[in-house]
Amino acid sequence: MVLKVDKNKCLSCAGCVSICPNDALTLRNMIIEVDENKCSECAICIHFCPVGALRLTTNL
Amino acid sequence: MDEEYDIIIVGGGPAGTLTAKMCAAKGLKVLVLEKKPEIGAPKRCAEGIGHLDLLRAGYTGKERFIAQTIDGAIVYVPNGAPIELPKQPGGGYILERKVFDKFLAYDAAKAGAKIYTKAEVFDLLWSGGKIAGAKVLYNGEQKDIYSKIIIAADGVESKIPRIAGLPSRNTPRTIESGYQYEMANIDIKDPHKIHTYLGNEIAPRGYIWIFPKGSHIANVGIGINGSDGKTAKYYLDKWISSKPGIKKGSIIEENSGGIPIGGFLESMTTDNFLTIGDAAHQVNPIHGGGLAETSFSAEIAAKVIIDAIKLKDTSNKTLDRYNKLWWEKRGNNLKKTEKILHVLEKVKDSDINLAQSSFHGQDILDLTGGKTHKLIKILINNPKLATLIKYLK
Ligand SMILES: Cc1cc2nc3c(=O)[nH]c(=O)nc-3n(C[C@H](O)[C@H](O)[C@H](O)COP(=O)(O)OP(=O)(O)OC[C@H]3O[C@@H](n4cnc5c(N)ncnc54)[C@H](O)[C@@H]3O)c2cc1C
Repeated sequence: MVLKVDKNKCLSCAGCVSICPNDALTLRNMIIEVDENKCSECAICIHFCPVGALRLTTNL
Repeated sequence: MDEEYDIIIVGGGPAGTLTAKMCAAKGLKVLVLEKKPEIGAPKRCAEGIGHLDLLRAGYTGKERFIAQTIDGAIVYVPNGAPIELPKQPGGGYILERKVFDKFLAYDAAKAGAKIYTKAEVFDLLWSGGKIAGAKVLYNGEQKDIYSKIIIAADGVESKIPRIAGLPSRNTPRTIESGYQYEMANIDIKDPHKIHTYLGNEIAPRGYIWIFPKGSHIANVGIGINGSDGKTAKYYLDKWISSKPGIKKGSIIEENSGGIPIGGFLESMTTDNFLTIGDAAHQVNPIHGGGLAETSFSAEIAAKVIIDAIKLKDTSNKTLDRYNKLWWEKRGNNLKKTEKILHVLEKVKDSDINLAQSSFHGQDILDLTGGKTHKLIKILINNPKLATLIKYLK
């Protein structure tokens, strides 16, 4: 599974960055970047996102 | 960008620029690095600040970043009954944060600080096992910059304190999920008061706010904690759809963000390093206000830093005075406020409604101010709530 950011919904608030237990997320140039090597797919950020812009999907 | 400064500040939000202004004004060579292309935007804030807090930050309340003057606050319990809070000295304001943050930056620059945008600190520099500077990505180019002290004012998305070795990480218990619309053409009962709405039904473990920026304009927002699978946006949209006077309005801006509600750091310093603002969780856990806290902690930090540079001793032993002063002045009460929040979260909507007639506006102020004895009094006087006292331990 990989964490995907829906750019149509994301407001670049970095709320997900603030809660990630692995520092896998970074707001850079107003876009949330996911470091797949650090992401543990714990989904904490998905539950936190105020606008529901994150989801785990199969890497297809 | 020079190669060496007295102080590098990571983050151009209020915590960074206010500390920068105070240090530069005393002749220190200060560099502020902000990764976004614009200071102040996008806003992640309901923009409320108290008069005394604004004075502490060095302003009068007459500047053009004031959108609205505020003379009071009303808290609505779940059944809609209002509780009016006592007026605060000088009242307060709803700011235009984009302009306010710019003013802070103008004034830091005027005091002599150098500020760069599009400058991201992505790592720290070390020398002899101690922090010695910052690794910066400036317009895509990498630079090493040295300084005697690094201040992490990198806000809610902060990572730099953890690189420095401080346990600053948030958990779902220490941060709320916030969402807000700035709305125009809405009906506001009293546009010189802030209005907050309580209830687990409408805002689980949080609240909804209307912070007026004019007679028909306001920030209408929500903060919630924990998750039942529904987003902050879901709860706010649902509430607005039940309020015809708000629903009829237009949305002119959408904001979201994390709001720290506890998890204070025993130590916010290490050799040549300290952290401040949202990065250090310096926010009131009950109402989520961070600007007032920043006005206190910037003053404390600047004082300690100026002395440390003068003494030529920026070790943790010297910087530890910042921890001591902050805990004395703010931390001990904020920690109590966090405990009170954890008890209040357990109160059912129906019990708030029942208890409402027995408490006053002053009680709410006391609870947000960390007065645990006031909570105990309220709990004891309401038999249905008395068992909650055990959570205060
Ligand atoms: C929805 C919402 C409503 C709120 N309402 C209120 C309110 O009404 N009143 C109030 O007092 N408070 C409110 N707050 C809280 C308030 O906005 C914050 O406490 C305040 O902005 C914190 O200031 P700061 O300088 O610590 O952080 P920020 O304002 O977040 O500034 C940090 C800065 O650091 C930059 N940065 C981060 N990492 C790096 C890096 N590695 N390199 C360079 N730059 C970096 C960021 O881009 C950012 O500009 C609210 C918050 C939210 C989310």
